[in-house]
Amino acid sequence: MGPRLKLFLPLILFALLAITLFRGLGLDPNELPSALIDRPLPAFTLPALGQTQMLSAADLTGQPALLNVWATWCVSCRVEHPYLKQLAQQGIPIFGLNYKDDDSAAQRWLEELGDPYRFNIADREGTLGLDMGVYGAPETYLLDARGVVRYRHVGVVDEKVWQMFLEPLYLELSKGNGVP
Amino acid sequence: MRFMRQLFLAGLVLVAGRTMALIETYEFSTPELEARYQQLSEELRCPKCQNQNIADSNAPIAQDLRKLLHQQLEQGASDTEILDYMVARYGEFVRYRPSFGGANLVLWLAPVLLLCAAMVVLIITLRSRSKSAAAGTAFLSAEEQARLQSLLEKAEHDS
Amino acid sequence: MIPEIGHFALIIALCLALILALVPAWGAWRGNSVAMALAPGLAVGLLVFVGISFSCLSSAFLQDDFSVKLVASHSNSLLPSVYKFAAVWGNHEGSLLLWALILSLWTAAVALFSSQLPLLVLSRVLSVMGAVALGFLSFSLITSNPFTRLLPAAPADGSDLNPLLQDPGLIIHPPLLYMGYVGFSVAFAFAIAALLGGRLDASWARWSRPWTNIAWAFLTLGIMLGSWWAYYELGWGGWWFWDPVENASFMPWLAGTALIHSLAATEKRGLFKSWTVLLAIFTFSLSLLGTFLVRSGVLTSVHAFATDPARGMFILVFLAVVVGGSLTLYAFRAPAVSSRVSFGWVSRESLLLCNNVVFLVATLTVLFGTLFPLIVDALGLGKVSVGPPYFNAVFVPLMALLVPLMGLGPVSRWKRDAVERWRGELAIPAVVAVLCGITLPLLHAPYNIWVALAVLLSSWLVLGLARDLWQRLRSASSPGQGLARLTPGYCGMLIAHLGFAACVVGIVATSQYSVEHDLKMSPGDSRALAGYEFHFVEVVQVRGPNFVADEARFEVTRDGVLVASLSPQKRRYSASGSVMTEAAIDPDLFRDLYVAMGEPVGSSGAWAIRLHFKPLVRWMWLGAILMALGAFTAALDKRYRRHREAVHSSSEAVLRGT
Repeated sequence: MGPRLKLFLPLILFALLAITLFRGLGLDPNELPSALIDRPLPAFTLPALGQTQMLSAADLTGQPALLNVWATWCVSCRVEHPYLKQLAQQGIPIFGLNYKDDDSAAQRWLEELGDPYRFNIADREGTLGLDMGVYGAPETYLLDARGVVRYRHVGVVDEKVWQMFLEPLYLELSKGNGVP
Repeated sequence: MRFMRQLFLAGLVLVAGRTMALIETYEFSTPELEARYQQLSEELRCPKCQNQNIADSNAPIAQDLRKLLHQQLEQGASDTEILDYMVARYGEFVRYRPSFGGANLVLWLAPVLLLCAAMVVLIITLRSRSKSAAAGTAFLSAEEQARLQSLLEKAEHDS
Repeated sequence: MIPEIGHFALIIALCLALILALVPAWGAWRGNSVAMALAPGLAVGLLVFVGISFSCLSSAFLQDDFSVKLVASHSNSLLPSVYKFAAVWGNHEGSLLLWALILSLWTAAVALFSSQLPLLVLSRVLSVMGAVALGFLSFSLITSNPFTRLLPAAPADGSDLNPLLQDPGLIIHPPLLYMGYVGFSVAFAFAIAALLGGRLDASWARWSRPWTNIAWAFLTLGIMLGSWWAYYELGWGGWWFWDPVENASFMPWLAGTALIHSLAATEKRGLFKSWTVLLAIFTFSLSLLGTFLVRSGVLTSVHAFATDPARGMFILVFLAVVVGGSLTLYAFRAPAVSSRVSFGWVSRESLLLCNNVVFLVATLTVLFGTLFPLIVDALGLGKVSVGPPYFNAVFVPLMALLVPLMGLGPVSRWKRDAVERWRGELAIPAVVAVLCGITLPLLHAPYNIWVALAVLLSSWLVLGLARDLWQRLRSASSPGQGLARLTPGYCGMLIAHLGFAACVVGIVATSQYSVEHDLKMSPGDSRALAGYEFHFVEVVQVRGPNFVADEARFEVTRDGVLVASLSPQKRRYSASGSVMTEAAIDPDLFRDLYVAMGEPVGSSGAWAIRLHFKPLVRWMWLGAILMALGAFTAALDKRYRRHREAVHSSSEAVLRGT
């Protein structure tokens, strides 16, 4: 039986491989978790959109909130915009990071389509984006009350995304006053 | 939902641009810096693209990372410092040369271990084969030899 | 109407594949000659109907039938006809149909060219190939139907073929690659037939060797073409990126190389029968795994087709059935006790075993490296990337280990050889090789130790071969007779190993010695690179069949003498609006000069220009062509075409006996 057993080794190894591949089918290789999870927002000093006032990371603390990275050149941002307005109307605090964009174009955009943001950070050069590991718009970060990043969603935030990924975590953070 | 996904992908594609090399003309203060730039830009992965390094992609994020790389090299950062900086922001995903820590150790050791294992098997095989070669001509057991003998005698008798 | 005919033909082909998979195999099991004799006919029928289906799809593309969804998504009326045809396989559904076509081609070829094969074996082999065809045809019909229509709203024109694919490379690279991958199914089928028959003797090796050699040759050419295509098409001068899809084609090649060498030992000496069967299963499994990796979306790649987890699931199940099934069969049916054939430590057999060890470890390393990000993710340990720095670091030393042994291989004797004899034969080649390694790289400053090592190892290979050849010719009564006595098998080995040596030198030289600069240049500028002067003359506007381009004219001189005129282009394709760079290359046996255009810089007419000097880069591809040529030559050996009669009568006796 001994030597015969040896011959089953390739089959066993293949079975392991097949299981791994099966698992792999359920995963998305392009989905990149943020490197900032459970870490505070990087420090920054950037102007608020259309104003001379400077903002820093402290301005985003106090309650659990969404930080939405958007730009006027981003087609998908236009798609998610109505839903963000809906969330803002429900009372969810949303801050905006206007990423590598033109200030006047951004302001016109918000006038035209409505403004769901408490305020917008004007990251013209994309330096804050780089520090946060942003690689394309739209992205939405979920921050807790202390400004620590808890989750990042890459892509359009719609009802399904909100209900499946963001809302549960947001509610949890709100319950514990933002401190887990 | 499928439409949304397609639209999102279309948006990303518009942002990502084509998968063709963008050629930039960065000036470097020394040739060593240029060589390090070339090497590091091939080691860093574009976080957004379909498996390309930042040297070969012209996605906006790749351009930004190349600019950052150039800046850091000119400022005198070492290779390790630059890589750590990138990893702190984009995760281990962004390194094409995996680090040596944790699970990656298995990856780096695998070739060596596989080779050793294969060589051990090889040596065992060779040893058993050459042993039977050295054993000489006694390939047949005693009763097999007797059978052979009787068969030969029978054949001789028949012909 | 034509797409519907194509669809229908595909369904008929599926039915034929089903019958082919079941009936002859049953016939072989029960000794029913009628059932078995159906196999060749069914194989040819399969080819005919898949051929009809493929022709219908091609016709839809060539006639701009935009009511067919595939044509609308991947073609355009302005596309040159030859690319309209190539667009048939420039997408997932069409390339699958090509896979099926090539599989039926191989199946029919085995059916028609196996006059010396006993019907018992032939029927089993064709059944196995029919089963594989069944899998692919059902995959195509169920999940990836190429004939889906867009009626009633057929678009007026198509979305165009990706400009990157609008190139002669697309016309030949996938078909060659598929001829290779799919060709390994023949060796697989022979292995399974041997296991099913319970007779694992050296004859299965003799029968499958020519088929395996030819498949390997095609795969070598396919990979080489892919590398060359990437080099001149993508604009950055690279030729191998260790991308998952590239690895998916490279792994069967590595395993296939081990297989062709192992088959040699099995055929000549009846050794490693069980191991060679396992290798044949392994090689084809890698082909199937490659299909899975490319089309399921589990790995990210620039080459991957548009993916769908549902398709991935289908292929995975198919993979599990085929590979799992064959490995189970192997576990139960392979001989548990190895043959009593023996050989010494120092012999050709042990060298072939070393070859197998190196190539097997190389294959497993590439496999592990490719799948590692997936494994890490599946275990929930985060996301990592494994790229060229890793693969180059582990692969190159493995190959370096191989080459010294390759020098000994051709010279060695079967069963028992002696180190003293090797020393006697190869002392001079060894010394000369070391001298070459020390001196030849001096021709190109600065001296590079890796190039020196590569030259040393390759010279060792070449000189060893030359020495062996000379010995053979010398022992003949005349040079003419000596040459005539050389078998195609031997010549093939010679040519292929020579090709490998050239490849090694080409790869190392180009990796170490290439020079690349990205510069800002305006018309009238001149820059120096590696001893050449690149003079940017002017930029002109050029119009192509489906694009408009800015063309930069360069003149390259060396010591004042004009060496080349190069005209890279920056094209904008009218249908899709995409912009592409066409590099201009001056090819030469000893060096390539490469110019590509980037973006315009500023508004004064300056451009970002990439200049490359790539020494010996062609040796890599010429080496690959030689390897393929060698394999084709070896397959022509007369002993594979022996008469059927002698074997036929003995197999009939076996049939009557069972």
